[in-house]
Amino acid sequence: MTKRQMYMKMLLSSLLRRRSRMTVALLAIAIGATVLLGMMTITYDIPRQMGREFRSYGANMVFVASGKDAMLKLTDVEKAAALLPQESLLGVAPYRYEAVRSNMQPYTVAGTLFDQVKKTSPYWNVEGGWPSEENELLIGSDVAEFTRLAPGNTMTITGRDARQRRFNREMTISGVVRTGSVEDGFLFMRLDTMERLTGRSGEAEVVEVSIAANEAELSALAARIRERVPGITPRLVKRVTQSETSVLSKLQALVTLVTLVVLVLTMICVATTMMTVVMERRKEIGLKKAIGAENRSIVAEFLGEGLCLAILGGLLGVVFGWGFAQTISMNVFGRSITFNFALVPVTILTSVVVTAAACLIPVRRATDVEPALVLRGE
Amino acid sequence: MNELENNILELKDVSMIYGAGGQVKALQNINLTVVQGEWLAIMGPSGSGKTTMMNIIGCMDRPTSGAVILDGQDITKLSPRALTAIRRDKIGLIFQQFHLIPYLTALENVMVAQYYHSMIDEAEALQALTRVGLQDRAKHLPRQLSGGEQQRVCIARALINYPKLILADEPTGNLDEANEKIVLDLLRRLHAEGSTIIVVTHAPEVGEHAEKTIFLEHGRVVKTTRNR
Repeated sequence: MTKRQMYMKMLLSSLLRRRSRMTVALLAIAIGATVLLGMMTITYDIPRQMGREFRSYGANMVFVASGKDAMLKLTDVEKAAALLPQESLLGVAPYRYEAVRSNMQPYTVAGTLFDQVKKTSPYWNVEGGWPSEENELLIGSDVAEFTRLAPGNTMTITGRDARQRRFNREMTISGVVRTGSVEDGFLFMRLDTMERLTGRSGEAEVVEVSIAANEAELSALAARIRERVPGITPRLVKRVTQSETSVLSKLQALVTLVTLVVLVLTMICVATTMMTVVMERRKEIGLKKAIGAENRSIVAEFLGEGLCLAILGGLLGVVFGWGFAQTISMNVFGRSITFNFALVPVTILTSVVVTAAACLIPVRRATDVEPALVLRGE
Repeated sequence: MNELENNILELKDVSMIYGAGGQVKALQNINLTVVQGEWLAIMGPSGSGKTTMMNIIGCMDRPTSGAVILDGQDITKLSPRALTAIRRDKIGLIFQQFHLIPYLTALENVMVAQYYHSMIDEAEALQALTRVGLQDRAKHLPRQLSGGEQQRVCIARALINYPKLILADEPTGNLDEANEKIVLDLLRRLHAEGSTIIVVTHAPEVGEHAEKTIFLEHGRVVKTTRNR
């Protein structure tokens, strides 16, 4: 047997044959590693999770026409949308506005793609149904209140087409929308219906875009679109993106702080356990020194034990931490967590560093044990 | 070889005083010579200075004054690290409470002394256990051994690195009569083979096996007897 094999034998025997004490130390490290990995996973995943959550509060980018053009070309919009990361792109809703009248009252009607509006503006509260047929209309709650119209009623709208010819169309109200904003005073119809009525197609005045991205990423995407699609001027919806960034950074700072507190608590817990281990093994240390062990041998044995516990505790922490993060994500965000494998070595390495730091004082104490105590029968 | 060259241990005017004001004089001007192959017993009541003397001879403590010459080397001025090396190379320790490492088998407990000393030789460690009659208990943990068996493992561990001096602190203090006899027979055999043995004991029946006995009281040698 070589000295290295004997060292390993002593290490493993100490760990395996003194299970109860070692289990306590292992648990302390594993719990710390669990919380660490869980928190780091959540910190890493918060922008993705919260980004999607924030998207329910509306679009975070709008496209408007560049220069003096009043209208955007939908072909340009398609080009611009193709430049966006498709996995993060939640919806692209074009809006085209026309002035119409109904019962002599002026209204603004917006033509849009309702399947996209549902994605970019999930906060729209629709009573009744979304327009699905060509002659269906969605009216704002203020309009509904003013006209005393309700889903199922009809509304006749009149306006002028591209050649200034008058059009007149009786439409069925599919639903009433309430947003608490300007939309409450508008009428909405399918974009293709509006194109047919006005005889003009392939245009929009504004396009609302919803992307799961932070402010920096959005700015980079906007710059890219500005450069590659000259007909479009992308703009960030500052009130949304800035509050997102602010909330996210605060949340991440909070989670980081909690993680640090957990690390310190773990260190105290491991240090206390190792201290107890040293106290319990004073006689053994004294004996080893009495029969000729150098201080460095004692240090190597204790640190070796600590290292084994740290690696094992770190591995357990990875498994339990993933479960912990997954549970939190499912309960808080209602979505599955994305596991970042780069956090595995980070967790194990942190466990090793924290355990080594926690072992420093106990190990120093171990080297201070006098060999003479084995003769005193203490 | 003259007697001076044959001395394995010499204590010259060794004193040990504890406490800031020198209140506790554990040893006072002790002079002692142990020749190679001699069996010395140190006896005395509790508090007489036996353990202090054992600590000094065993390189686990340094005297306040005087000189301790072990195997021709003055150990009183040596650093703790150098004292560790001397313990490792020249002294075999036998304890009243055996002090076996609880998570290692009997064989591994013997091999631990080899590990700290130089090279591991499992066959030699097993031979040492055979010498104390425990070859069949080599794979047992200390808790699976009787007190007498544990003490024999402790003796095997003390012998494994061929020490110049065997220091035994109350080696039969925790044993019943039958095991006491086994351990004393072992020490007798070691002595017959030429080992130098120093035993600290309360028990006259242990002390009477030694060639020479010194009696301590209040840190002084009050009597020296030669038994044979």
